Amino acid sequence: MPHLEVRDVVARYGSHEVLSGVSLDVDRGEVVALVGPSGSGKSTVLRVLVGLLQPVSGSVRVGGQAVDYRSAGQVRAIRNRMAIVFQQYNLFQNMDVMRNVTLAPIRIKRRDRREVETLAVALLERVGLGQKLHAFPDELSGGQQQRVAIARALALRPEILLLDEVTSALDPELVNEVLDVIRDLAREGMTMILVSHEMAFVREVADRVVMMDKGQVIESGPPAEILDAPRTERAREFFGKILRH
Amino acid sequence: MERILEQLPRFLSQRNLVLLAEAAGMTLAMTAAGCLIGFLLAFVIVYLRQTPGRWALPVRLACIAYVEIFRRIPFLVIIYLVLFTIPLVLRDASLFVIAVVSICIYATAYISEIIRGGIESVPRQQVEAAATMNLGRPQTTLWVVLPQAMPVIVPPAVAFGVSFIKDTALVSQIGMFELTFRGKELNNQGYSAVLVFGTIAFVYFLMSWPLNLWGQYLEKRLAAPRSQRRRRTLRQP
Ligand SMILES: Nc1ncnc2c1ncn2[C@@H]1O[C@H](COP(=O)(O)OP(=O)(O)OP(=O)(O)O)[C@@H](O)[C@H]1O
Ligand SMILES: [Mg+2]
Repeated sequence: MPHLEVRDVVARYGSHEVLSGVSLDVDRGEVVALVGPSGSGKSTVLRVLVGLLQPVSGSVRVGGQAVDYRSAGQVRAIRNRMAIVFQQYNLFQNMDVMRNVTLAPIRIKRRDRREVETLAVALLERVGLGQKLHAFPDELSGGQQQRVAIARALALRPEILLLDEVTSALDPELVNEVLDVIRDLAREGMTMILVSHEMAFVREVADRVVMMDKGQVIESGPPAEILDAPRTERAREFFGKILRH
Repeated sequence: MERILEQLPRFLSQRNLVLLAEAAGMTLAMTAAGCLIGFLLAFVIVYLRQTPGRWALPVRLACIAYVEIFRRIPFLVIIYLVLFTIPLVLRDASLFVIAVVSICIYATAYISEIIRGGIESVPRQQVEAAATMNLGRPQTTLWVVLPQAMPVIVPPAVAFGVSFIKDTALVSQIGMFELTFRGKELNNQGYSAVLVFGTIAFVYFLMSWPLNLWGQYLEKRLAAPRSQRRRRTLRQP
């Protein structure tokens, strides 16, 4: 049984249907890359999963349990099991790095302060920012900010980490430092859904690639299969464009 | 001119000066009290106005109605409204209370628009990130949104308060012993209008100019990057 099971999810912004029946599975320890053209609904899938947008129909199961997104309590519970990092503006600008990382674990999850602080320092060292514990976001480069954002997500001890184009707002020379961190997490067996346009990276870390178009999943399979031998015309066209860059 | 010079020593008698100082103090006190309470109430209005959910629709509409109505009626009309409705709630309300309530009603409506603008200037992702970390609405507001919105809110709110010092002159209409009222009195006692109101104008200027400078200083300091004003900044959670 997959750890996360998404079935026929339909979602709308107003009357505009953005997801028209999306299904996908993620196993424990698996890295699933979500790819597809701009506007195909990749971010929306992640937003539905963390309860930022209520699905109109369909089901989401985590660990075999169905999630009812209309229930505030269940949304809260699901947010305890998943963490998300956006493209930018993740970090609270009015708090230093340590406070960003420790705020929710201490104040919301009510975990022991000392234990959380030790973990935060360890995580920040791990993403290479052990020297920046008391820096404010405006003192950090974009790449450093994203690494702190990942550390902050990890401090929540999520079962599933959702990464939405975490490198696409960065200058090219800062992309790698962030990808290194993600690569590390993948190696350690972190369960992740990764939205990315970095196809070389996707090929390297993803166990499975899910290609979306116009609010639907059009292909899904191992990277080699999807990236090198796409079955649909639409996917061929997309990868043709993106890989020629 | 001769008349002014001739009246000057008598006009600047201790009694008159004390009277003017007291009146100036009254003007300041009334403005400060009204605007500060208004500032706090404005937060409440904005918070209620942004309550999500269908059941909160009447609350949202009431807040919008309050803001749109009281921002649009002349301050003098608000004063008279308060003057004539306050006896229904409060027996023997002093003129000071009436003045403060009037200022407060207007300031709340006006400042709540400033606050709303400030809150909307905070990137949406900040609120979403907070939500996905299970911060509730009060926590997100107090810990994340307001600290970031304050630099945008405070300078125009202070500017509003400072410029309102002069608009409070209108409460002299109902007999409040504030600066302009005392001016009229002295004028009636036979002092030259030019002398009296020139002095009054100067006192208004003395009150608002330093405050205005303070507002500009605040604006500059709040605009500095977060890291350069740490420890002296707004309290964090
Ligand atoms: N807040 C919103 N309100 C209305 N429509 C939205 C909103 N956010 C996204 N959309 C629309 O939903 C569709 C899917 O958007 P989504 O962000 O999920 O695409 P995406 O695959 O993540 O694209 P990108 O690669 O550009 O990030 C788009 O047509 C977009 O215009
Ligand atoms: Mg997106």
